Amino acid sequence: MKNLIALSAALGLLAACSRTDRSGASGGHAVIQNKGSDTLVNVAQAWAEAYKKVDANVAIAVTGGGSGTGIAAIINGTVDIANASRSMKAEEIKTAEAKGVHPKEFIVGYDALAVFLHKDNPIGEVTLAQLASVYGEDGTVTKWSQLGVQVPGCPSDEIIRVSRQNNSGTFVYFKEAVLGEGKDYKLGSRDMHGSKDVADLVSKTPCAIGYSGLAYATPALKVPCVKKADDAACVPPTIASAVDRSYPIARPLFMYTNGEPTGATKGYLDWILSDVGQCIMVNKGYAPARPVKCDG
Amino acid sequence: MSAPPPHPDTAALDRRDLAWYVDKLVAVLVFVGGVSAVVFIVGIFAFVTHEGWGFVSEHFSLRGFFGSIRWAPTSTSNPTYGALALIAGTASVTGLAMLVAVPFSLGAAIYIAEFATGRTREVLKVLVEMLAAIPSVVWGFIGLSVMNPLIIDVFNVPIGLCVLNSGLILGLMAAPIMTTIAEDALKAVPDTYREAAEALGATRWQVTRRVVLPAARQGLLAAVLLGVGRGFGETMAVLMASGHAINLPTSPFDSVRALTATIAAELGETAVGSTHYQALFALGIFLFVVTFVINLSADLIVRGIRKT
Repeated sequence: MKNLIALSAALGLLAACSRTDRSGASGGHAVIQNKGSDTLVNVAQAWAEAYKKVDANVAIAVTGGGSGTGIAAIINGTVDIANASRSMKAEEIKTAEAKGVHPKEFIVGYDALAVFLHKDNPIGEVTLAQLASVYGEDGTVTKWSQLGVQVPGCPSDEIIRVSRQNNSGTFVYFKEAVLGEGKDYKLGSRDMHGSKDVADLVSKTPCAIGYSGLAYATPALKVPCVKKADDAACVPPTIASAVDRSYPIARPLFMYTNGEPTGATKGYLDWILSDVGQCIMVNKGYAPARPVKCDG
Repeated sequence: MSAPPPHPDTAALDRRDLAWYVDKLVAVLVFVGGVSAVVFIVGIFAFVTHEGWGFVSEHFSLRGFFGSIRWAPTSTSNPTYGALALIAGTASVTGLAMLVAVPFSLGAAIYIAEFATGRTREVLKVLVEMLAAIPSVVWGFIGLSVMNPLIIDVFNVPIGLCVLNSGLILGLMAAPIMTTIAEDALKAVPDTYREAAEALGATRWQVTRRVVLPAARQGLLAAVLLGVGRGFGETMAVLMASGHAINLPTSPFDSVRALTATIAAELGETAVGSTHYQALFALGIFLFVVTFVINLSADLIVRGIRKT
């Protein structure tokens, strides 16, 4: 009997939560559901944590799962804000419109995609063309010697390509930015399930090359600078070079809402785009959407 | 004087006390438990088929699915769904795992059933069963962080996430269940067989090799088949230790990608109802059918033993 009472109380609470959630009113208690990109999840959690002090009446529930998951959730109307490390595809927008959802896009920051090499790898700079010939379907480079280096600890000379699973936002962005529109990866890359796994594997494998968000770079990795073309300047991936867009493979990070945000959701998004919110982004290793001055 | 009691029928003889109700309740509960397995298996098969049917009916071709290694479902210019490399990956890892697990587990089973006595036997049995309790993600982690650098160093290969790594790990994972079932099969051989052989002057090994093993043949085969089924279905450890690369393996040091690992890695971020989503479920249908056939044949073989 006691259990029954507890259960119905919990159900009642749940119902109450979803009600305030739908209304999104700024007065009273509101819950904002926030879901999506694993690239953004650390920042999203930091924002949610800090926002408690700004408006104690708003609780923000953050979950990861990937850009595709977040976008699917906003289409199905189960979240208020979706995080994505890629923009919505035309077909996704079409599906959303068919369901009466009108996605509105906000750029909340930028992420420099760093190229990872083993720390013993002598390469200090790479060009986009070299990356494309290593990763691309019609690229011919499979040996380190073809890039003019000999990698210590890698007697086989084989380039071990480390990539991501084929529906992560990182995978899609790297494909479009480096290989070119409509091009595909060469088969046979080791497709890791998460940016951290890429960093781990490359740091332990002398023959490897990988890519992931700059925030996942560790001291055990070598991060070369990247040239847009042979005669262009070589730009190292940093927060500054991502903000001024001089780094060639920096991608925007998005949040999506259903229509123009209102109430608590609007308050939260405005705060994210304010100096305070943007500085949290910088502290987590990502570039802000616009230049900001942060202390520390 | 009261009237004579009515003729008692059998139902009226039941005493409707607490024990009677408990008995009826338990009968219903165990019936539900027994039937639920059937309900679940039919339900799961119906679900997987329903989700994957769109792919099978519209995009499926024998050549495209079983004859191509190009699994590129998210390609914008030319999406293809070739499962050959994934099937080869699963088959090679499972094959190597069986090479590791069969001698180990049959050896362990023979030792426990025929040679070990008393305490040794009991302790060994418990330890083998404990090996089965290690979560697969822990095995995968061992593959990723212990075996990978070890294989790179020992064999001087560029990367240690390969058929060898995941095969060894999967072999160790499949060994406990195979040992347990093989041991049961050896135990099922009547002691009179052994006594007769010993009376003729046979040594322990001669008894085992000439009498017990031939008599337990089918049970041992069933044990191996269940191990194969275990290997086919394992996901997490294989995802972490195999390298997850689309590749037709030509040596144990090649990275491969398994069917299960592909589903696990990709399903989470796939739009529900898309062709990619349906293709993943088509892989699921294939896996389901293969494991079903393997387990069914193991079961039929075990039934064969009981009849003889």
